[in-house]
Amino acid sequence: MRMLMAVTLLAVVPFAAFAREAPPAADDPVLEERLMVLAGELRCLVCQNQTLAESQAELAVDLRNEIREQMRRGASDQDVIDYLVARYGDFVLYRPPLKATTLLLWSGPAILLLIGIVILTRSLTRRVHTVEAPLAEAARARAQELLGADGGAERS
Amino acid sequence: MIPEIGHFALILALLVALAQGIFPLVGAARGNLAWMRMGRTAALGQFLFVAIAFGSLMHAFISNDFSVLYVASNSNSSLPVQYRIAGVWGGHEGSMLLWLLILAGWTVAVARFSRHLPEEFVARAVGVMGLVSVGFLAFMLFTSNPFERLIPAAADGRDLNPLLQDIGMVLHPPMLYMGYVGFSVAFAFAIAALLSGRLDATWSRWSRPWTMLAWMFLTLGIALGSLWAYYELGWGGWWFWDPVENASFIPWLVGTALLHSLAVTEKRGAFKGWTVLLAIFTFSFSLLGTFLVRSGVLTSVHAFATDPARGIFVLVFLGIVIGSALLLFATRAQRIGLGGTFHPVSRESMLLLNNVVLAVAAGSVLLGTLYPLVLDALELGKISVGRPYFDTVFVPLMAPAMFLMGVGPIANWKKASLPDLATRLRWAFVVGLLTALLLPFAMGRWSAPVSLGLLMAAWIVTSSMAGLLERLRRSRDSGSILAKLGANSRSYYGMLLAHVGVAVFIAGATLVKGYETEKDVRMGVGDSVEVGGYGFRLERLSEVSGPNYIASRGEISVTRDGRAVTVMYPEKRSYPTQKNPMTEAAIDWGFYRDLYVAFGEPLDATTWVVRIFHKPFVEWIWAGWLLMALGGLLAVFDRRYRIAVGKPLRAPASEPLLREAGAAAAR
Repeated sequence: MRMLMAVTLLAVVPFAAFAREAPPAADDPVLEERLMVLAGELRCLVCQNQTLAESQAELAVDLRNEIREQMRRGASDQDVIDYLVARYGDFVLYRPPLKATTLLLWSGPAILLLIGIVILTRSLTRRVHTVEAPLAEAARARAQELLGADGGAERS
Repeated sequence: MIPEIGHFALILALLVALAQGIFPLVGAARGNLAWMRMGRTAALGQFLFVAIAFGSLMHAFISNDFSVLYVASNSNSSLPVQYRIAGVWGGHEGSMLLWLLILAGWTVAVARFSRHLPEEFVARAVGVMGLVSVGFLAFMLFTSNPFERLIPAAADGRDLNPLLQDIGMVLHPPMLYMGYVGFSVAFAFAIAALLSGRLDATWSRWSRPWTMLAWMFLTLGIALGSLWAYYELGWGGWWFWDPVENASFIPWLVGTALLHSLAVTEKRGAFKGWTVLLAIFTFSFSLLGTFLVRSGVLTSVHAFATDPARGIFVLVFLGIVIGSALLLFATRAQRIGLGGTFHPVSRESMLLLNNVVLAVAAGSVLLGTLYPLVLDALELGKISVGRPYFDTVFVPLMAPAMFLMGVGPIANWKKASLPDLATRLRWAFVVGLLTALLLPFAMGRWSAPVSLGLLMAAWIVTSSMAGLLERLRRSRDSGSILAKLGANSRSYYGMLLAHVGVAVFIAGATLVKGYETEKDVRMGVGDSVEVGGYGFRLERLSEVSGPNYIASRGEISVTRDGRAVTVMYPEKRSYPTQKNPMTEAAIDWGFYRDLYVAFGEPLDATTWVVRIFHKPFVEWIWAGWLLMALGGLLAVFDRRYRIAVGKPLRAPASEPLLREAGAAAAR
């Protein structure tokens, strides 16, 4: 496909006819893609808050080379992760593993949502059982009137 | 000499702020009108002194006064003048001063544009803002004085970080701070209402335009930050879930909840307690954001522990602000009352659900941002929380909110019926669904995530349109379509615009994620490559020198189907004073796609690793945020707030009645 496109390009762009197709930066683009997807979830350990994929720091380049080498030898993504965690700890993972200390982190949003929904339903049912004081309504209407005619004008 | 004037002005500002914080509040409690009125004068005085301090610091930057430590650390004599000005807020001390200047500015605005409000109320609000100011002034004077001298003076400055030498640095922080600090008005109004014990619909009406304005600035600030990261970092990403970004996103989420909750409080008198809480939390999170970004705690908990003065101060200040506000809320909560009743299926309940979702989303982002810090501080291990976590948690949470965005605005207040809503929205749903299913084919490849994202975007647009059409059909005006359109309020159109903005944003984010192409290639002069249907050819390489850097620049011609499209000039810059090389990506901006070319590393004198992206619809991301901000602006100028800038309301006669009404509603 790439060749086909290159050929069409060469055919339709006359002044590019003598040009060379720029080779991919990586020797093995498929492996490189896999590497970058994985590196996108890993932390560059010496950077301010950058992924291993983004960083140009020396350590990041070395680590990418190391991972590339391991992948070339047939290591799976999990093998690479295990290797890095053994060397640098969980700090290297942008997706924190589920364990005792991160239980609250991963369950937190669900707990918050549950609390929110419980409060919501309780407040809704409480409202259904309260009868609106007619006086309040009348007083608000007066207030509305005093605030100006357009106060309640927005149709809703 | 001038830096000393600035320092002295700050001390005077602190004294004035103390007066501004004490007299109006005490005056309001005792009914002393003269003391209450002192607030306005003090606010103006404080603004003047802070402005003098700010001007002095700016003068030190522009005149390259490297005997001032802060200037020596953040500027350089070869720095272009616009970045010397931006350098004022390029570091910790100066950004605190900017924060203060903006706070003083908002206070003056409140004092000026609230003449029609009861004196007592304005006095309390101005007083509360004065107290916040006292905290920040004391913080600056005791821990972060920007006017500290460097003796002997440095020969030249250490320069501003090259990443910050950009128009983004000139615009983004002031915009963001306008939003952060603007929420102090909502906070001050909420506290004033709590103090007076009169939390009624009028309070929320006064608070709404201010909150909306602050939200608009924060929206623009976040969008600018994202756009800046996109073109400056050379990675083509637009959001990184970086703690610094999260620090601004959390107040935005809570502020968005506040806007919606204020609407209900104003219209229906309900959720009063919740609205006040949100006002308190929105500002608290703004403070927390400032603290997170500025205390150094994000870089390392331990660095923070070794130099704790600043961090402890902000933490204590934060504790006092949030603690006292919540305490006040707790003591007044039982007096607040429920307000208007409504059915479990109604616009109120949907807005409440929207609030729950936004609050949970904000809580989750906060959890992910703070969790590693807490774990580290407790010595339970170091972990990183990044994009994979936030994507997993945030996106599923927001999906239901997007669905509600279509239903809520057309549901009736008090009581709505689900079958009725379903009937009214069925065509909107069908059109939205078809768009979402078919559009990916037009893009060349169907995928479930893209279709889902487009469904949300299309649904928001079609349901908004359905709502508008319904209003036009029901309109009693028999005149032209324009007259019918004109019958709706500006805040209604503001809401539509902001919601469509969300849709545009989702569409952009979805399409660019689904269909972008990237190629990393080795390019020598004369080499070409095809990306996303465009041909890129490196024509020549040259060395260029800027005011304070030298750069390798490439000239890349872009063609499509044989026709020349544009010429792009990516650069790799190196700044002599700050060693690290900077990628200056070349971007060809477009409505349907961006072409993005960034230099990587040089392989030899004539060959570079070049990263080329074709990013369809990426601009829609920021266009969406811009629409949201415009929607906010439109709502600020709604007719019913016009009184805010017009002549004073004839208050004396109506005020007792209002008070009675408020009290009655509270019972």
